[in-house]
Amino acid sequence: MIKSEAAQERLLDLALGLYRQFQEGVVPHIALPSRTKNNIEYSSKSDVWVYGDQETLRSVKTVRGAKTLLKTVHLAELLIKEHLKNNRGSTLREIYYISENWDLAKFHEQAESDRLIEDLEIVTSLQREDFHVRPEEDGAAVFGPLRLREETRRGSREMHCQEDVGEAGYQIPFNVETVQFLEHDAKMVMAIETGGMYARLIENGFDEEFGAVLVHLKGQPARSTRRIIKRLNAELNLPVVVFTDGDPWSYRIFASIAYGAIKSAHLSEHLVTPTAHFLGVQPSDIVDYNLSTDKLTDKDMHALRSELSDPRFNTAYWEKQIKLQLDLKRKAEQQAFAGKGLDYVTKTYLPERLSEMGLI
Amino acid sequence: MEIAEELARQQKAISVAEFFEKNRQILGFDSAPRALITVVKEAVDNSLDACEEAGILPDIFVQIKRDGDYYQAIVEDNGPGIVSAEIPRVFAKLLYGSRFHTLRQSRGQQGIGISAGVLYSQLTSGKPTRVVSKIGPGHPAYYFELTINTSQNEPEILKAEEIEWERPRGTRVELEMEGSYVRSRRQSVYGSLKSAAIVNPHARITLVEPDGNVEVFERATDALPKKAYAIQPHPAGIELGELIKLLRYTEKKKLRVFLKETFSSIGAITAQELCSLSGQDPERAPGSLNHEEAKKLLSAFKQIKVKSPPVDCLSPIGEELVKAGLEKEYRLDFIATCSRPVSVYSGNPFLVEVGLGYGGELEREGRVEILRFANRVPLIYQQGACAVTHALENISWKSYSLSSPAGGGIPVGPAVLLVHLASTNIPFTSESKDAIADVPEILAEIDLGLKEVGRKLRRYLSRQSLLKERREKEEIIKKILPRIARKLSEVLEKEEPDIGPVVAKIMGNLLVKRAITQENGLASVRIDVENHSDLHRRFKLHEVLSCRAESADPLPKVIPIGDAYDHHWKMSMAPGERVTLCYQMPSEARLLQPVVEGVEEEIVTGAKVI
Repeated sequence: MIKSEAAQERLLDLALGLYRQFQEGVVPHIALPSRTKNNIEYSSKSDVWVYGDQETLRSVKTVRGAKTLLKTVHLAELLIKEHLKNNRGSTLREIYYISENWDLAKFHEQAESDRLIEDLEIVTSLQREDFHVRPEEDGAAVFGPLRLREETRRGSREMHCQEDVGEAGYQIPFNVETVQFLEHDAKMVMAIETGGMYARLIENGFDEEFGAVLVHLKGQPARSTRRIIKRLNAELNLPVVVFTDGDPWSYRIFASIAYGAIKSAHLSEHLVTPTAHFLGVQPSDIVDYNLSTDKLTDKDMHALRSELSDPRFNTAYWEKQIKLQLDLKRKAEQQAFAGKGLDYVTKTYLPERLSEMGLI
Repeated sequence: MEIAEELARQQKAISVAEFFEKNRQILGFDSAPRALITVVKEAVDNSLDACEEAGILPDIFVQIKRDGDYYQAIVEDNGPGIVSAEIPRVFAKLLYGSRFHTLRQSRGQQGIGISAGVLYSQLTSGKPTRVVSKIGPGHPAYYFELTINTSQNEPEILKAEEIEWERPRGTRVELEMEGSYVRSRRQSVYGSLKSAAIVNPHARITLVEPDGNVEVFERATDALPKKAYAIQPHPAGIELGELIKLLRYTEKKKLRVFLKETFSSIGAITAQELCSLSGQDPERAPGSLNHEEAKKLLSAFKQIKVKSPPVDCLSPIGEELVKAGLEKEYRLDFIATCSRPVSVYSGNPFLVEVGLGYGGELEREGRVEILRFANRVPLIYQQGACAVTHALENISWKSYSLSSPAGGGIPVGPAVLLVHLASTNIPFTSESKDAIADVPEILAEIDLGLKEVGRKLRRYLSRQSLLKERREKEEIIKKILPRIARKLSEVLEKEEPDIGPVVAKIMGNLLVKRAITQENGLASVRIDVENHSDLHRRFKLHEVLSCRAESADPLPKVIPIGDAYDHHWKMSMAPGERVTLCYQMPSEARLLQPVVEGVEEEIVTGAKVI
């Protein structure tokens, strides 16, 4: 994380740019990369997906553009004068409420202020944590043979993620940079979508048997969750596998970990683990393991087709799996393995898949 | 006896009254609600015609009373009245009238309407029609009870007497019939009177409905419509049979006189020309032309260019009153009108008037409302069969800012379209006078009229959207930009930036920016002028100084005014062009704000405008 003075400087630069445009008689504007599926491209330098060259221009020529710029300046003022100068912070939702007093510049919904914060991240090449902006959602939990130290507001805390934590594991803070890894006895990191499967693996002692650091994703993972996975992978050199439900939404969870999310592609290099592998549930597992399934809804089908045109899924593996699922018209949850006995997933499925992937 | 002879004994003439008795739908009496509407409409048309001829501002009173399944329609006017001897035949003889044989615009033509109402009334209620009429203050009023003897088509007078009547003059008719009264639709007594009021803005019509509710359609003008004069047939489009008939029965002795006197728009010279073109002796008797010669004469008609028929025979509503009529009955944002010049079909002059109302309280998503009128009479039924509808459906309304449904048809949008056809002879598709026939000349005129109001609508709407854009820009420059500038100055702790140049750019204005630098007792003035508009601008830029400017570039023209000097530069700037003017003056010299002369104030930023 960069110093608060530097963050202030970047925000002031943005304001100064607009100020100069007024002085030079240039219609004030900000150029931003367009944040759509069509404008993300693969960066071979860092093996992740980042924004391409398409830009959208936000200028005062339209009422909407002018209002957005006004809000941007208001927001910059808040971050500089309230947050950075006084070493305070707000959550994304709080910022939405703070704008109540901004009259013309008031946000209509939280999505609008969230988006504008992301815009500021892009323009300043910083992260919202640098502006002392926190997300609402808490980070995920970690369980496994890992010792770490967290710098908290109340001092340094050291703990082992099996011995010093409860059954739910170690809770990741929203700013992962305060965590330092001390030692470990792990062979892999396994990111798990659902709480049910996370608890099943802990109950069955999977972490001990296979030396796995289990990370509970809690659905679409928060930035902090993705960041800690990335750090475990990069700093401890641990392979990462992702274990989710077998439906199109879960593949997107995997994509945000391994490829980068469309909404936050400006942070891909920071958050993405390009070497992460998809473990399952694969559409082919539905057939191979004869799992109990649900029918795909129209929305599911649409999401699958949309993934076929998503550049991130443009690989032979995904094409084969997605097309198979479109044929099957079925989806399966992680819990479907319970139908074959409570130990089936840890004794049979996971070992088989992990050896297929060459990890054990 | 041979069969043919036997059949011949059964042959007998049918009275027109008997014919209509059996074919009432032809006259517009096919359903109970419609019968009531038709009776009221025919009576009101007669009243309007009579008042117009007599030069009286019509004041018409209509009352519908209900008695079980029977309805009584009462129509009373302040017209000229009818002389007592004529009353029975006017009301109780079909095809009796004063207008059939003249070429002049009037609502009624054949003399069927009201007597058909009398017939329908006696058929369904078995009661006679009651008529009161008075021709002037010094005269008695006459009261009649009448029925039609259908086998002879002659009136039967059940009662005739002189009575006291409070009106100075006028006519009142009461008919009782089977019927039914509806209100909400346009196809109703109310709707038809409302339409009539739109195209007869000089009339006041009062309606008392069966429940006692009173509706008054006020007049929008005190000016009577121009009186229509009877004219001779126009030569354009006349048919051979008609020409032969005219040639045979004329009283004129010489062909050239016949041509000049029988037709409108033909003078002595044109008559002469027609004779030589067809190779006829101008002095010969018209009746002596044979079939072949008549044909030659007819083709001569087609070769020469005859001027349009006189407008006298028609009584258009006029663009102003079309507008007043629409304004009176609808709440609208915009009205466009169009009056086409007089045209001719088959020798009959006609004229098309079109009005278009837009916006206001009209429904946005619905189909456009169509108001059709023929000689100031609203046409209510059979919209789909009418030339007006056909002409309208053939126009691609998309190019006139209304949306056309897929595959054509009546356009959709918040609009009402009024089409009035005035003619000495309206070509209806049937005797019930519901729809105008698809005569090519009429279709073409309606098409042109509709397109003209369409163009006016398009212009109006594009101006509106320009205004809206202008308003949006105003919001940006008046409310948002100053706040961005102020916030920026607060964040950066710098002076507020001048938003003038940006405003000029956004508004497409002419920007005048003056900067002064002081050095060695001399003030150097630099004026940048930028044309951000998309037009070439020619104007003068004035600087008023307390002394003469030095080393000016380019050189201004200098005129002393009092103890100051007016310096001015003639400027001519293309869109996007930028010009710099420089001069110097002593530091202590005073100067006023730059002044721009010759462009509108709204488009200048940074200078005063004179």
